Amino acid sequence: MTYHQAVHDVPSLFEGCETPLPGERFDPTLGGMLPASLVRSELDIPDLPERDVVQHFVNLSQMNFGVDNGLYPLGSCTMKYNPKVCDEVVGMRTVADIHPLQDPSTIQGALRLMYELEKMLCEIGGVDAVTLQPAAGAHGEFTGMHLVRAFHEANGEKRKEVIVPDTAHGTNPASAAMVGYDVLELPSKDGCVDVEAVKSSVSKDTAAFMLTNPNTLGLFEKDVCEIAGTLHDAGALLYYDGANLNAIMGKTSPGKMDFDIVHFNLHKTFATPHGGGGPGAGPVGVKKRLEEFLPVPRITNQGEEYLLDYDRPKSIGKVRAFFGNFAVLVRAYTYIRMQGGKGLVSVSENAVLNSNYLMERLKGNFELPYGQLRKHEFVLSGRPLKAKGLRTLDFAKRLLDYGYHAPTIYFPLIVEEALMIEPTETESKEALDKFVDACEQILKEDPELLKSAPRNTARRRLDEAKAARDMIFSWKAYQKKGQSAGQGPPSA
Amino acid sequence: MALSECSLEMLQYLKLKSVNDLFSDIPKDVRINGLQLPDGLPEIELRRELEAMMSVNKPASSQPTFLGAGIYNHFIPAAVKTIMMRGEFITSYTPYQPEISQGMLQSCFEYQSFMAELTGMDVVNASMYDASTGLGEAVLMAHRISGGDKFLISRAVSPEKKLVAKIYAKGADIELIEVGYDKGTGLVDLQDLKSKLTDEVAGFYFETPNFFGPIETQSQEIRQMLVNRMMVVGVNPMALALLRPPGDYGADIVVGDAQVFGSPMNLGGPTIGVFGCRSEHVRKMPGRIIGMTNDIEGRRSYCMTLQTREQHIRRSKATSNICTNEALLAVATAAYLALVGRNGLREIARKNIENMRSLSSRINSVKGFKAPRFDAYHFNEFIITSESDPVKIHKALLSRGVHGGLVLDQRFPELGHSSLYATTEMHTKQDHDKLISALEGIR
Repeated sequence: MTYHQAVHDVPSLFEGCETPLPGERFDPTLGGMLPASLVRSELDIPDLPERDVVQHFVNLSQMNFGVDNGLYPLGSCTMKYNPKVCDEVVGMRTVADIHPLQDPSTIQGALRLMYELEKMLCEIGGVDAVTLQPAAGAHGEFTGMHLVRAFHEANGEKRKEVIVPDTAHGTNPASAAMVGYDVLELPSKDGCVDVEAVKSSVSKDTAAFMLTNPNTLGLFEKDVCEIAGTLHDAGALLYYDGANLNAIMGKTSPGKMDFDIVHFNLHKTFATPHGGGGPGAGPVGVKKRLEEFLPVPRITNQGEEYLLDYDRPKSIGKVRAFFGNFAVLVRAYTYIRMQGGKGLVSVSENAVLNSNYLMERLKGNFELPYGQLRKHEFVLSGRPLKAKGLRTLDFAKRLLDYGYHAPTIYFPLIVEEALMIEPTETESKEALDKFVDACEQILKEDPELLKSAPRNTARRRLDEAKAARDMIFSWKAYQKKGQSAGQGPPSA
Repeated sequence: MALSECSLEMLQYLKLKSVNDLFSDIPKDVRINGLQLPDGLPEIELRRELEAMMSVNKPASSQPTFLGAGIYNHFIPAAVKTIMMRGEFITSYTPYQPEISQGMLQSCFEYQSFMAELTGMDVVNASMYDASTGLGEAVLMAHRISGGDKFLISRAVSPEKKLVAKIYAKGADIELIEVGYDKGTGLVDLQDLKSKLTDEVAGFYFETPNFFGPIETQSQEIRQMLVNRMMVVGVNPMALALLRPPGDYGADIVVGDAQVFGSPMNLGGPTIGVFGCRSEHVRKMPGRIIGMTNDIEGRRSYCMTLQTREQHIRRSKATSNICTNEALLAVATAAYLALVGRNGLREIARKNIENMRSLSSRINSVKGFKAPRFDAYHFNEFIITSESDPVKIHKALLSRGVHGGLVLDQRFPELGHSSLYATTEMHTKQDHDKLISALEGIR
């Protein structure tokens, strides 16, 4: 074990800013340009030299772990390597310095790129039209659920319920609820959707069924056609959560599986960097019969010219200002063009190969519920750890000491002590073998080492209950209550 | 695919003959045979092609551009990019493992601290997608707190934002009702507001400066009129370098967009939605929140907190469905504010007001134009009215190498021939000269 994360002493930027700042260099009303009643009397933010600011953030970055640092097998998040050319392209002034309300004649390149990206996503998703507007996967679900609602309302129906399996990402039920639907969570059978349960739950009140395929256990839902048939016969729609699309590109598509609506997570499948939590992008694709409901504007083209069409009377309106996360769209476009059609197929092939190889190598050390072929990810149960008085959490924390980000843990909820592992296609066999070695080594270690892990990271385990209790969400709050809350020093 | 030796070894280990065996669980009738997309390109060719494709765009750096309306062209110090492009930041994800993610967590905490100071709010979350979705979430949050199923929104708000607010409101069956503006000042029409404040009203959203540019001067009166209803204030965070923070006059929720602090315009995205509230409402708040705590050795540390509000725990009962946010832009915002600092920020804000004043009065002296349309204090944006059709003026400006402001005629017909102009510290005197002489040439 050679990993040691940097441990810098990085005080808050605001620390030391308590001493009075040099006086105002100008009259706060700017000589009457603002009335005295509207101007602020204080602004407690620091004045620091560039040198100090860069040092501050560079040292902070060294206390952070990204895909660039090492294997990041966070299941369902598709933490693949992000090619740097995509970032470079976004830095071009012709991309960064354009305003969304510019005359369309002055942003033809941008409109063309978005138009072509929509078409490429149509091909990958097996759908007829795509909107690029949603800013993230969950935002795509929100958009999709509004399309569902608009569709039924246009048919004069007010259906009340959306069904999701109990393995669904938490965003699915949350998105459906935000659009005004009651959510029915359906228990799975052998890790997959129970077709009989679907049949007995679907009614004329069912607006849609949300499904990710492969599901969050990494299993392909083989009965998807029967599920689609059941839903469609009842007049409901089928929604595809695209979080797991990395498993199936060129092998099948949501459209081919008869889904009506699909969202794509560009920050997962199409390698745009996750940015420490965002930005992402969550374009939504639909079959022909739903196209008229898509958000405005639609990008159209006449010959060589790209235009914006706002005249869409049945459109749901807008889910976000302007066009979406354009800089993310440009990165995804670049990635797709770099891979090409064949490249994307091998992306999925290698993602699935890596996942199955890693599962096969690891399963003897844990429990593998539902032992079959997986797609891009798999879920192990850490239940055997309990015999040593350990939990999955302890194992996950110990992985950090070995320089690995932990897998997703305790999700999906139907697997006890779950460890959800997604290696992605960008890891080599050698990297996977090393990861297996580390896992096996950890399981041989003194359980106390796991319980007290991590030790090689910038911090050891945190008192998360204290954070919720103290509610210190800003430097200002720290100044008010940090001392009385027994807040420690920043130093290592 | 051409299998590498390693892939073959892995297949052998799995006792599979071909890669296709990995997909044998996909039923035959839903299989497809590859993708009809062009072949991949090497980096050098791709760069060449994208540069050519984008070269037909006309960025603000190639012609003076006077658009604002929610997205602003501000100067970005070089070090912002250096910081946000650090691989450890940009290639990480939501800090689910805080011990190994302190860098992102502390950076986001500092973002929250800067924005709490600027807005005067107790809590600012770790970001929403943008200002428009922040407004949508604010409408829902006001409804959760106050219970009323009507929400008032000022007419002096961008039509884009109103459309977004409307779709968020729809899910909770909240009716949005517009409140008019004073025809002379562009500020909230207090009489109209009063007449619409029924018992079912959960809250009221207005902006300062508003979509037309005027800075609201009646916030205290509005606060009193709303009584217990939620006061939701939309801000341009840069203007808050000089203006009183909404927390000072009793705002319950503040929304805005911090794109102005260190993020390029990027055709409008990504930007970063600022969302702040008072501490008594924090459990009703959407989005990630970073809190300070200790590790077991007593060292100051940061982690995501109050997660029981969120979708991954609460599922259909969550305060919002948001998962991915705009964390990297929170880093950019914190870096920007640290780099320009208090005095630098106030200088930039002053320069914006000065440029606005100067440009407005110069346009006002061009025959056929009046500016600003409203008798009010402004920040960096204002309406000009013209005798002739602003669409024609817009086209004539374009042909003279200037991108004028946003034509408002269709959006706000009551304003007549109007366009919304923004000017920032990016505009030089030469840029203003170019616009003025172009306008003089048009009349």
